[in-house]
This record gives sequence, structure tokens and C-alpha cells, in this order.
Amino acid sequence: MNRKIFLIIILLLIAGGLPFLVSNYRTFQLTLVLVYAIALLGLNILTGYSGQISLGHGAFYALGAYVAAILMDKAGMPYWATVPVAGAACFAAGFLFGLPALRLEGLYLALATFALGVAMPQLLKYPLLEKWTGGVQGIVIQKPDAPALLTAAGIPLNPDRWLYFFTLAVALVMFLLAWNLLRGRVGRALVAIREQHVAAEAMGVNGALYKSAAFGVSAMFTGVAGALGAIAVQFVAPDSFNIFLSITFLVGIVVGGLASIPGALYGALFIQFVPNLADEISKAAPWAIFGVFMIGFVYLMPTGVAGAVRLLTARRRSP
Amino acid sequence: MEALIHQVVAGLATGGIYASLALALVMIYQATHLVNFAQGEMAMFSTYLAWTLIDAGMPYWAAFALTIGISFLMGILIERIVIRPVENAPVLAVVTVFIGLLVILNSVAGWIYTYTIKSFPSPFPPGMALGRFMSPHEVGAIGVTLLVLAALWVFFRFTPLGLAMRAAAQNPASSRLVGIRVGWMLALGWGLAAAIGAVAGMMVAPIVYLDPNMMAGVLLYAFAAALLGGIDSPMGAVIGGFVVGVLENLLGAFVIGNELKLSMALVLIIGVLLVRPSGFFGKVHVTRV
Repeated sequence: MNRKIFLIIILLLIAGGLPFLVSNYRTFQLTLVLVYAIALLGLNILTGYSGQISLGHGAFYALGAYVAAILMDKAGMPYWATVPVAGAACFAAGFLFGLPALRLEGLYLALATFALGVAMPQLLKYPLLEKWTGGVQGIVIQKPDAPALLTAAGIPLNPDRWLYFFTLAVALVMFLLAWNLLRGRVGRALVAIREQHVAAEAMGVNGALYKSAAFGVSAMFTGVAGALGAIAVQFVAPDSFNIFLSITFLVGIVVGGLASIPGALYGALFIQFVPNLADEISKAAPWAIFGVFMIGFVYLMPTGVAGAVRLLTARRRSP
Repeated sequence: MEALIHQVVAGLATGGIYASLALALVMIYQATHLVNFAQGEMAMFSTYLAWTLIDAGMPYWAAFALTIGISFLMGILIERIVIRPVENAPVLAVVTVFIGLLVILNSVAGWIYTYTIKSFPSPFPPGMALGRFMSPHEVGAIGVTLLVLAALWVFFRFTPLGLAMRAAAQNPASSRLVGIRVGWMLALGWGLAAAIGAVAGMMVAPIVYLDPNMMAGVLLYAFAAALLGGIDSPMGAVIGGFVVGVLENLLGAFVIGNELKLSMALVLIIGVLLVRPSGFFGKVHVTRV
């Protein structure tokens, strides 16, 4: 256990120092890694832990992003205040979508969420909502500056670095939240429902409540990520939230590792940096590589990178 | 009134295309109890193949037939190589593989043919138009769809191979005992589904134009059609396809506007799953615990 805490402290030190060592653009990319990590954590709670397949989580990410953007652009809300609001809105949306989804299992839920993911850009473009959503054009938002207090104290924080630290702080809170939620009673109940829902209910687990709550919490995480992502990218538009965003998240949890908290981070690194590398080959290459990795991981490494890491450390500890 | 008739007729034409794709989905569902998320992209890829052949100077109908043949083989290959290893895997693994297949086909098509939109020829002469109401392509598309359906019905109803395939889908264990090679029947089912998808793709391409993302909407409607008719009923899928096509056009033209057409498919899918998960013609499944 001490080793684990030691490792986490090292990781945090690295995370804190990195933005001062790399370029602003890299800092921005690292911010996105954190954003994706939160989103993947959300999807992992739903798909990894409670076993409900969602192919439409991009829709909740989009909702979070739009809530944040509209509140900043139309209501003049400060950026940090939009994040909890986006989370709350997505929790409600996820819970409500989870209620009918309760009756759907496996494949059918995948179908319904797939339809949600495909239909989302069109909903965002809907003319009656254009007053708020800005239609096809989307909304441009201002990049927040670092608080004057910190810059006055002589800490060299430009907006990119500040945003990184802001996102890092939120990500830490969300990871702690997920860890606390999943290690105890709730986590066990979710896994029990995934493995044998009848047996779980016989043991007194309220399946319906847990499943829709898992949907809500999962959507909340993804919505918070969406809000942070919108602030970091400073722009939201319907077509950036198409079905391929949802598929990207699926790639992330499959590669990172299902039902694993650190897996979210591995997955986020993968979906942020691999397309960048592959882009140099061809515009289509990132997706070809994503597809091959998805199928490859299912065949060869169903527990993802996190599973491989677990295996390696276990092997080293007991030679 | 004239607008109404026109919308219904146009709806029947696209509905026929949804019906074909829905039928392809049902075929794979019946054999394996899986919904093939990559069905649309497989059809898209076949359509590009046809485009290549026509572009190289092949006459349309020759290219049409050759494309169907190649797609059939492609379907069998995909089943043998990609799907077979996860035959008995959990649902999530299978869905992941399907989605992986979807993005691979999509990106490879984008890689080879670029993402620019291409037009795709319609083989039907202008003389086939029915008055003011139906364009020649609409008449032709409905005709081709009905032909495909009739051919499939004859195949499954009257040929030994069709009987063997039905048996393999219905009761794999007993079929194996009477000497049917169940694995190959599944592969054949995939081949047939890919071939039907290819026809749907070639029929829809003149309407939606050819690009790697052309089938996303069509696939969604096909899902809705298959679910509406009952995911395990070929008849239902066909009727569902026509119903969805007409509904899409009528609601799009008169009620909700074209901007929300895809959301209609979403509402339909969720509505059917909630109210009557077995669709109109599907079997109601009761599981013992």
C-alpha cells in the first residue's frame, strides 16, 4: 500500500512539473489528456463496472460542453462555476436516459445509445435552439486567465498552464470520487449486477436504482469532462461531437482497461497521442489504427493496458 | 394532396432500401443473435467497389453483379477471420469488435477514395418514371428491393441449402447431428447479408451520394426498421423498412422538419424497445433464471 501512495506522489510531482518543462501546445495536449481521463472514468463506471454498454457517451460529453459554453457565453458565468453545473445537468440527463435503458440489456442498450450518439449533432443544430447553441457555427468562448493573485506572487502561469492546473485539480477530485465510490458497497453492488443480476437482486441489491444511478454518475463524469474540454478548446460546434467521439471513448476504455481506475489514464494518453502520431501517415490512419487496436485488444489483451500492468507488477513481486 | 402522395412514394423507395439493410441485419441476428454495427460500413465499402468498377468502364449491371459476388466473399471472409474468434465472447467484446470493424472499413474507404463526395450513377432509364409521382430511380429501387426479397424467399423456402441455413440458425446442436456444417452456415449467412447490404448501398448511393459516412443515417433507420418489425423476423424487417421510410418522409416533410430526421430514428428505436421489445412480428422471448 505504501508503494502505491509513493507512486501516486511521484506521479503528482511529475504532473505538477511537466507544464513548466514543455511548450504551451504540449501543455494544452496534456490538459486534454486529463479531460479524456475524466470522461473515460465516467464511461468505465457504466460499461466497465456495471456492464451496461454505451456507444453514445459523446452525447453526454457534448451536453456538458454546451452547458458550460452557453453559461459562459450567454449568462456570463465564470468558467469554474460552469463545471459543477454541467456535471449536475448531465447527471440528470444520464439518470433520465438510464430509466428507460434499464429495461434494455446488452446489445439493445448498445443500439439505443448508438442511436443517441448518431443523432446528437443533429439535435444540437436544431433551429429552435439556435438562439443558445449558435447552430452549425457553435460557440466561441474566451480562454480564462490565471488568477491575478498567483501571477502577482511571481508564479509564471500563462493561461495554458493555469488551465492545466485547474483541470488537474478537477481530475484529482473526480478520481478520488470514483475511487471512493467504487471500492466499497456501491462498487461491489455494480460488479454484482454486471456478473449476475438475478443473484445480486436476491442478495438485496436494488438493481434498478443502481443501474440508473450508475448511468447518472457516469454521465456526470463525462459531462464534467465535456465542460473542461470546451473551456480548454475554447470552442464548441455540433459536428465535433459526432458518433466518432463516442467511439473514441470506447477505444479509450478498451485499450486502457475495463473496470480499472488507472486504466482511464492509460486510455486517455492513448486516444490523445496515438492519433497525433498517426496523422502524419494519412488523415484516415488514426481511425484505422484505432479499429485495429480495438479488435486486437479484445482478442489478445481483454483487460487492457491496466491488466497488463497489474500482471507485470504481480509477477515482479512474487518471483 | 399531391405533395402527400409524392412523399409517401418517395418514402416507399427509401423504405425499400432500409428494408434490404434491415433484412441483412436480421439475417445475421437470426444466425448469431448479434446486431452487426458494421453492416452499414460493409455496404458502403461494397458501393465504393461498384463505383471503382463502373469508373473503370465496366457496364453498370456487370459491375452490379460482380460487386454482389465480391461482397459475398468479403462477408464470408469477415466472419471467418474477424467474428469467429469472438463467437462465444461476452456482448461487450463482440460489440467492440463490430465497432472496430466499422471504423476500419470507414477509414480504409476514406484512405483509398478520400472523403470528397462522389456521385453514383442510377441505372434506370428516364422512361421508367411513373408520371409526376415517381422518379425512375425510385421505381427501380423498389423493383430491385422486391426482387431481392423474392429471391431470398425462394432460396430459404425451396432450396436444401436454405433449409440447412434455417436449421442451423434455429437449432445448431441438432443440425450438427444431422450433418449440417453449422459454422459454414453462419459464414454463408454473413456472406448473404453482405451481398444484400451491397445492393442496398448501390441503390441508396444515387440518393445520398457516395462518401465514407453515407451509411450512418441509413443504418440507423435500418436498426429502427428491424426493431419495429421484430429483430428475428425477416418479414417484419421488410415491412418495418417500408413503414420507417414512409414515416421518415411524412414526418420530415410535414411535422418535425428535416433537421430532426435522425432523432426520429432514435425516438423510434427507444420507443419500440420500451413498449414492445419484440417488435410487431418478432417472437417474445422468455428466459428462465
